[in-house]
Amino acid sequence: MADLTTDFLGIKSPNPFWLASAPPTDKEYNVVRAFEAGWGGVVWKTLGEDPEIVNVYGPRYGALIGNDRRVIGFNNIELISDRPLQTNLDEIRRVKRAWPDRAMVVSLMVPCEEASWKRILPMVEDTGCDGIELNFGCPHGMSERGMGASVGQVPEYIEMVARWCKTYCRLPVIVKLTPNITDIRYPARAAKAGGADAVSLINTINSIMGVDLKTMRMSPSVGPTGSHGGYCGTAVRPIALNMVAEIARDPQTAGLPISGIGGVHTWHDAAEFIALGAGTVQVCTAAMVYGFRIVQDMCDGLSNFMDEQGYTSVAQMVGKAVPSITSWNQLNMNHIEKAVINQDSCIQCGRCHVVCEDTSHQAITAAKDGKRHFEIKEEECVGCNLCVSICPVPDTITMRMLAPGEIDQRTGKAVSSDYANWTTHPNNPMRKAAAPAAASL
Amino acid sequence: MTSTDSAAAATSDIRAGRLDAAQYSHNFCDAHPLMTLAEARIEADRCYYCFEAPCQTACPTGIDVPSFIQRIADNNIRGSAHAILSANPLGGMCARVCPTEVLCEQACVRNTNEDKPVEIGQLQRYATDAYMANPGAPMFTRAKASGRKVAVVGAGPAGLACAHGLARQGHDVVVFDANAKAGGLNEYGLATYKTVDDFAQKEVEWLLSIGGIDIRSRYALGRDISLEQLVQEHDAVFLGLGLAGVNDIGIAEPDASGVRNAVEFIAELRQARDYATVPVGRRVVVIGGGMTAVDAAVQSKKLGAEQVTIVYRRGAESMSASGHEQDWARTNGVTIRHWAAPREVLATGAKVTGMRFAATALKDGKLVETGETFDLQADTVLKAIGQSFVAQPLGALVELQGGRITTDAEGQTSHPRIWAGGDCRVGGRDLTVEAVEHGKRAALAIHAALSA
Repeated sequence: MADLTTDFLGIKSPNPFWLASAPPTDKEYNVVRAFEAGWGGVVWKTLGEDPEIVNVYGPRYGALIGNDRRVIGFNNIELISDRPLQTNLDEIRRVKRAWPDRAMVVSLMVPCEEASWKRILPMVEDTGCDGIELNFGCPHGMSERGMGASVGQVPEYIEMVARWCKTYCRLPVIVKLTPNITDIRYPARAAKAGGADAVSLINTINSIMGVDLKTMRMSPSVGPTGSHGGYCGTAVRPIALNMVAEIARDPQTAGLPISGIGGVHTWHDAAEFIALGAGTVQVCTAAMVYGFRIVQDMCDGLSNFMDEQGYTSVAQMVGKAVPSITSWNQLNMNHIEKAVINQDSCIQCGRCHVVCEDTSHQAITAAKDGKRHFEIKEEECVGCNLCVSICPVPDTITMRMLAPGEIDQRTGKAVSSDYANWTTHPNNPMRKAAAPAAASL
Repeated sequence: MTSTDSAAAATSDIRAGRLDAAQYSHNFCDAHPLMTLAEARIEADRCYYCFEAPCQTACPTGIDVPSFIQRIADNNIRGSAHAILSANPLGGMCARVCPTEVLCEQACVRNTNEDKPVEIGQLQRYATDAYMANPGAPMFTRAKASGRKVAVVGAGPAGLACAHGLARQGHDVVVFDANAKAGGLNEYGLATYKTVDDFAQKEVEWLLSIGGIDIRSRYALGRDISLEQLVQEHDAVFLGLGLAGVNDIGIAEPDASGVRNAVEFIAELRQARDYATVPVGRRVVVIGGGMTAVDAAVQSKKLGAEQVTIVYRRGAESMSASGHEQDWARTNGVTIRHWAAPREVLATGAKVTGMRFAATALKDGKLVETGETFDLQADTVLKAIGQSFVAQPLGALVELQGGRITTDAEGQTSHPRIWAGGDCRVGGRDLTVEAVEHGKRAALAIHAALSA
């Protein structure tokens, strides 16, 4: 069995699956249950200053669900810990002592004033926890009070607070980033500039789950009104993966440790975050949908995958896919693919035809010799992958790469073996001269 | 023959009230209970929304199956029912009785990948039942009155579909039917467990709610009215006469009690207010291989018969009852015996005691008797070897072919003002859904002719 242990900023955990700072890590009882179930670590639900905040006692959660009631996306308006600070600190100390092999990171959110951070940091450090995570991401409620995402949206504040934390505390500092910004690289750079040891992302995305059309009231609501919440779960994963990769491949932050968060429901999801640069992953929604034992399936799946692929440690996978991500202008314009439909496994639903006909390039037949038949017209196919994406039968429509020299039926030209991207393309008014030509000058 | 068998055979045992009330209500409950909304939406999600969907092509009435299923998934039940009923106004009954396993569900592309089609029939029933339970504003309304009057003969699926289609176009329709209730085979010819809670009458009520349709019950063509008279008094006539005759088993029948037409037995059961009043034999033999045979056999069993055997003269693949229907019969404890032709009704005194059959086989493509015979003990023999068209009331006004009415594709007969559809028309497949399509298309053709 593959070794799932991770060492993230010197924080060791038996597996890379941490519970994110969220309702599941609110108190000792939950966290002990999580550790009993096998979670590698937790980020304790965000501590704030006393007096403790107050949550609403109405709907805090809402879900985007399929007809089979499978949760696709999840939304919450719960605030940070609503228990006295000392209660949390006492429990953190006890749990860490009882579970020394698990990662115990404490999430913090206090006002953007040096004195506040200076006051709380020693108290937290005194619990024996392994690190702190700065909650600069929470997009609802706390952000209205100048904390959470409202800090995370101003890189200067991030840098400033990170620096205070590094000054007043010896623990590793992880800055949790909000996705509710235009370019994730700026807050990540600020965190690094402030001395933060790592970033974690993404926090939740501003969201309204829906509208009750009978009452014409947003849903869920607390009585007659509701408030936007933070969106998470499977649906946000692609957004999170992109932001993780953006930071991993930004020259200014490359190598900065990342704890990946956002829609990890399976080992597969976790492996994707790891491949894009995350050293650990944090999970919340999957636990809130299925309960804590889901971690056992995550560990088992990741271990089997690693064994099958020959990885002996999680660290070997971290960032493995980052080099595969580039800017659009670096893509090879000479690379040409065509879709291929496997007639043996095609079930004749015809969806590929109608979507190509209606919305793309009219490159799939509907009939042949008067019979229902779906086949790629290579002379029309631009290789867009739409048919592959919507075909209900896996591996029935695949993409075939045209070999150099092969004639592209659409253009009538032979496929070039040269790499040529947009920066040198003749249609690009801003093109640079191609490298060899420049050399000859 | 064992002595026990002889003793049993000697005592004919046809009687009512074999079961207690709880057993009757259990046996005659809905064969396929309605899906819940949750089940329907989960199943609806399985539909791939195919391009030019094969299920729609396979449906004789061309229901837009992907749309009606998508609308269930969308929680737009009225829209779903509209997609069904606009193509098939008897979509509620068809959802119950269509052999979907050889129509839409056979065509479902999911069969190719996983051998499990979308449950189109059950979804159709969900949508139509949910709509019918709470129909709200009229779904279909009459066009401006045309001043034209059309006679429809026969209030079965073809006649009702035609009447509804004509009413939508603003024509006045008078429907004549020989029976006390409208519905035709829907009311008199289907097994009770396929259409519980008096659904056939509820559907008729809904169809008539469009207005402009006048039902005249207990009017038989050739007895109470003549075709000539109808043609004279109306702008057009539609014949949806069904098959009024019952085929003979082709051997002598003794003058003994216990031999009966299956259709009569089925009709009696359908009209019974209390199943405990319907007599059934202890040992029942059903001769035939169609849906009527299965309905009669299974219902005999459900009434408490101990041994029920369907005997069919050819193999399973030749039975017009679908494989699904045959399985249904077996699941309900009916024995099916193939390759046997009726030879003799056995009787003692005035009572039937059994049937003698000749074993059959195919020889050079022809069905022949092998020379062997066997007897089955029975106090009841139900004949279900098909029905025939009784053409006599038509006089010479329309042409026949092979004993049924010839029409063009739109249902027009040799007489320019008479259309026909359903089982009485040449080439009919004895399917409710096909009869509906005949009626629907004839209504459009009649409307076109009247508008010309």
